[in-house]
Amino acid sequence: MSAIGELSTMTRRKGPMTKEEKKANGRDNKAAYVFLLPWLIGLAVITVGPMLMSLYLSFTDYNLLQPPEWVGLDNFVRMFGDARLHNSLRVTFTYVLVGVPLQLAVALVIALVLDKGLRGLPFYRSIFYLPSLLGGSVAVAILWKQIFGTTGLVNQVLAMVGIEGPGWISDPNTALGSIILLHVWTFGSPMIIFLAGLRQIPTMYYEAAEVDGASTLQKFWRITLPMLSPIIFFNLVLQIIGSFQSFTQAFIVSGGNGGPSDSTMFFTLYLYQKGFGQFDMGYASAMAWFLLVIIGAFTAINFIASKYWVFYDD
Amino acid sequence: MTKLQTLPASSSSDRKAGKAGKSPRRRESRGSLAFSRSARIKGLIKHAILIIVGGVMIYPLLWMVVSSLRPNDLIFREPGLWLENLEMSNYTDGWSALTHPFGHYMINSAIVVLGSILGNLISCSMAAYAFARLQFSGKKIFFGIMLLTIMLPFHVVIVPQYILFSQIGWVNTFWPLIVPKLLATDAFFVFLMVQFIRGIPKDLDEAARIDGAGHPRIFLRVILPLMVPALATTTIFTFIWTWNDFFGALIYLTDPDMFTVPVALRAFVDSQSATSWGSLFAMSIVSLLPVFLVFLFGQRFLIKGIATTGIK
Repeated sequence: MSAIGELSTMTRRKGPMTKEEKKANGRDNKAAYVFLLPWLIGLAVITVGPMLMSLYLSFTDYNLLQPPEWVGLDNFVRMFGDARLHNSLRVTFTYVLVGVPLQLAVALVIALVLDKGLRGLPFYRSIFYLPSLLGGSVAVAILWKQIFGTTGLVNQVLAMVGIEGPGWISDPNTALGSIILLHVWTFGSPMIIFLAGLRQIPTMYYEAAEVDGASTLQKFWRITLPMLSPIIFFNLVLQIIGSFQSFTQAFIVSGGNGGPSDSTMFFTLYLYQKGFGQFDMGYASAMAWFLLVIIGAFTAINFIASKYWVFYDD
Repeated sequence: MTKLQTLPASSSSDRKAGKAGKSPRRRESRGSLAFSRSARIKGLIKHAILIIVGGVMIYPLLWMVVSSLRPNDLIFREPGLWLENLEMSNYTDGWSALTHPFGHYMINSAIVVLGSILGNLISCSMAAYAFARLQFSGKKIFFGIMLLTIMLPFHVVIVPQYILFSQIGWVNTFWPLIVPKLLATDAFFVFLMVQFIRGIPKDLDEAARIDGAGHPRIFLRVILPLMVPALATTTIFTFIWTWNDFFGALIYLTDPDMFTVPVALRAFVDSQSATSWGSLFAMSIVSLLPVFLVFLFGQRFLIKGIATTGIK
């Protein structure tokens, strides 16, 4: 079961514990807390502590040098009127709402083509998977910067057929598209998850459908898609959470400034500039919490919507 | 090989199912000619799609490798992959283009990577053992919190973390990048290992317990040796993610002496104008090489790791 599957079953199964269960629950307390010690310290010092601290800081004005000064809701009010922040939200939403479905669609199509004992499957799988390992690196972002540059690979190829391409990453209209393409390029890891999911679908369903004379398309809509829906859901949740936090590619491709004219200014990039460029730590904290709320809301919507389209076969 | 047989069944049974599925189909195709022809055409179309998509995807990488072996000006007018002669100067130039030779940054990266791997292996396996095998109060809540932290965006904690680490004087040291791993903050791996341990038969623990072994002994002597595949997956993923990690290094490492490979590359991009793409490409390839090698030799674990944590 995936992390998401576990979480949703945990929330579904709620009942009072029996006495025996309670007793068994405490049986290994001492040993358990010893084994959990590093994790517990990490949870307190690296995760929960800083989270609460950043919540506090989001209500302050803080530049690292002077002690934080309480300003109430000032940072949030500022966010409300910050046009660059609104733009960064627009950029990030575009990236997530276009990039994630596109990437998953490609991953699903390729996984479907790859499934069912195709010859050379391990080879193809490796080829498709490799980019998702490299895609997060600075090196590939550098490559992208060249490929989609004015005299880059893409325009060189286009020139061969007589088309003069724009400077993809220097044109505000196409810069974000180039970065979305980089995201789609890394479809390998959701594809692997889809492949594993496809193998879990019992072949008897298909056999029964064939007996009933179902077409390939019908089998896809009636069997494959519903049976795969928990995995599509899993990929969707994870990719959305991950994409909201994209940073490296936009940072490198734009040279750190989110240009041209803020067209690749991701929310995280703006947060970085505020926090670690201008040391406006209070504002950056407010932004971070805002991001958490956005991601949380998206995830919650996903979970609620999943009741209507995700099919659990148990 | 014998160890692999004790794995949770999923992967080996998958393989079996694949083989079993093949033979009847072959028999069927011999039976009807029309079917076999359309199946063959279908297969050809599939291969054509895959080769085209795969080719387009890999082409930029191949082109980067080839271009790094070309004189600089060709990078802007040679989209092909043929090489007339090998130009190694990009590599020698790139290697010494920054304050330190590029190897210096690779060693820095290697230190962070090794520390992170060690940290993740120890701390995550301990936590996973507790979650998978021990009964303690608050287990459900802690487990839920652990799952939630997998999805927690890093940015929510980065500002206070930075303040914390800068106050204890850890900025421009590798500690901020390594210590969190020693504290099992990569919850993804805790979860991966919990999944794996759940697949190990409980009889083995019981037998050890009857022989008088305590939890530390069971963990070290029974569970740990059996979870080598999960540890391998963790090692490989930690390697790749840490090697590629840019954000953490960007924030904590500002002194060129301490640069890891990604921040060094970034400094390289910033310092050069568009004239030295060749050496920039060359060092990019050097930086990707370790990831590529790990991918080549560790693929099996990577794919199994993603597939088993991803299902349902």
